[in-house]
Amino acid sequence: MSDKIVVRNLSKIFGNNPGKALKALREGMSKEEILREQGQMVGVYDVSFSVRKSEIFVLMGLSGSGKSTLQRLINRLHEPTSGEILIDGIDITRLGSKELRKFRRKHFCGMVFQNFAILPHRTVLENVELGLEIQGVDPKKRQDRAKEMIRVVGLEGNENSYPDELSGGMQQRVGLARGLAVDADIMLMDEAFSALDPLIRRQMQDELLELHQKMQKTIIFVTHDLDEAFRLGHRIAIMNDGMIIQTGTAEEIISRPANDYVKAFVEDMNRSNVLTAGSVMQPVLETAFKGDGPRTILRKMRKKGLSGIIVTDTGRFVKGYVRADELADYIKKHGDMESIPFNDALLQEAAVVMEDTPLNEVINMYTDHQYGPFAVTDRHNRLKGVIVRGAVIAALSECR
Amino acid sequence: MFSYRIPLDEWITSLVTFMETRFGGFFEGFSTGISFMVTILKDGMLLPHPLVFILVISAVTWYMAGWKNSIIAFLGLLLTENIGLWIAFVETLALVLTAEILVILFGIPLGIWAARSNRFNAVIRPVLDFMQTMPAFVYLIPAVMFFGLGLVPGVVATFVFALPPLIRLTNLGIRQVPAELVEAADAFGATGLQKLMKVQIPVAKPTILAGVNQSIMLGLSMVVIAAMIGAGGLGEDVLRGIQRLRVGQGFEAGLVVVVLAVILDRITSGFGQRRSYNGRMAS
Repeated sequence: MSDKIVVRNLSKIFGNNPGKALKALREGMSKEEILREQGQMVGVYDVSFSVRKSEIFVLMGLSGSGKSTLQRLINRLHEPTSGEILIDGIDITRLGSKELRKFRRKHFCGMVFQNFAILPHRTVLENVELGLEIQGVDPKKRQDRAKEMIRVVGLEGNENSYPDELSGGMQQRVGLARGLAVDADIMLMDEAFSALDPLIRRQMQDELLELHQKMQKTIIFVTHDLDEAFRLGHRIAIMNDGMIIQTGTAEEIISRPANDYVKAFVEDMNRSNVLTAGSVMQPVLETAFKGDGPRTILRKMRKKGLSGIIVTDTGRFVKGYVRADELADYIKKHGDMESIPFNDALLQEAAVVMEDTPLNEVINMYTDHQYGPFAVTDRHNRLKGVIVRGAVIAALSECR
Repeated sequence: MFSYRIPLDEWITSLVTFMETRFGGFFEGFSTGISFMVTILKDGMLLPHPLVFILVISAVTWYMAGWKNSIIAFLGLLLTENIGLWIAFVETLALVLTAEILVILFGIPLGIWAARSNRFNAVIRPVLDFMQTMPAFVYLIPAVMFFGLGLVPGVVATFVFALPPLIRLTNLGIRQVPAELVEAADAFGATGLQKLMKVQIPVAKPTILAGVNQSIMLGLSMVVIAAMIGAGGLGEDVLRGIQRLRVGQGFEAGLVVVVLAVILDRITSGFGQRRSYNGRMAS
């Protein structure tokens, strides 16, 4: 995966002497002091991150954290004070106004806003055409394209309605279609679903994910809602006070919060929804192979102090689970034999979960599998680790 | 208080005289253009039989402002015809329309400029304040000096008086367009002109039209005053009523001014509301 957008040391000062404020910041002055003494507002300070191609990258933070400012720096609706913004390797902070316009037309699907920002005097169709109209696409072609996008977002039949005849959710679909209609690959969404009521909101999130599957645009999504961030974002950058505090996947942020601020943030989240089996698993201490023979297997268990062991084949494919006490009984019964063959009756069905199974599902399996650890496998069913029963509960209760 | 008095009046007089001698040709050409326009409008409106024109105005009122207003317009205009003020009515209408066309021609672009440039806005604001608070009669004097007596100075004085509200409201309307709408166009890579034509002007249209309505109303009030410098029309009849203390005659003419005001107001404000209602545009 290649980096689509690379942002390096980006800062934005609102005020008449940005250089002075930057210098003060470097010398350790706080934002409040700068606001009080210089009357300048620090919007974003020294932010670096990169967004991969076709990724949904979420900027998450409370109001005033600088997330919307940061988003508007990326298409230069706000003029950066310092730093670089590379899009497909081109530093857009160096573009002249004419080149910038051209660049926006080519690379940006406009923006989708919290309050929709669709034109009240235009029909749905005319609204969706806006971006293409600005690009100078000829009327016939842009109408066809707009109609197609209206169908994609599920608004067919409303082409000639006016915005005030539509519900909030439908209006935001217009906003979405307007962005998608443009043949560009970066979409900026600013609190796009925050004005919608919860049910519609969830539905729109699902639809966005679906659309993203199909169209593979690179999306930068701004939100103040952690649930939304975790639902949509492949990766999330948590912002506070104009800076990015932590960037990572939902899981990384939840299991390893960078500081107390992030920790406080994620505390409210329902951990079991986001934590996966992979995040609490432990390395496998020992495995047994069928060919090992019962005595060898028992020795392995004794050595590591295990009460049971997972049996795999040579490809680390999980075959089952053997309990130490049962194995010991079996050996006692056949104690007179020189070499005891492994008996498949010893094998119990092992509890196997995939790496990305949410923990709350793992808990649900507890009743079905009374014994032994859970074997955690990757997508190819190969053993990656184990979850000891207690670990799940511990992980879930840790943050309460 | 001081023995020396600043000769402000002399300065202004010499400035006006200077402009008159220096730009006399320009004023003359301008004057010809204006009187040509007023005459065309007036003659055009006097061409059909009054009843035909009354029906046309009533129909327009109906279309723009509904049947109730249309009936008021129809009855008011019949009365005007009946009391023999039809020609004066048409003259006044032509004068107001000419001034308003000029107001729109200058006011909207200046308003847009003021909305886009804070510096220009800072410059033009005191000028507009001056134009609006200066007693209307004062405009008449330089107008007469530049354009002589008659129609043209009347149009010019009306223009100066009616211009500020349109500039102000155009400025306001465009500044009030939600920032996100402009950002949306910007994010697509719109040029300044595209933003203006596709977003700012259409969204500000109701406010701009309210400005047009306001300037027409102000213009109408000036038209009566302009009769003092021979602009003719209904103002002349009002003036004559005052000079000869003929209460009835004065009121008759005044009433017709009211009729004209009501019709113009209903048509133009209907225009604004019609278009902004439901966010719909006929065009």
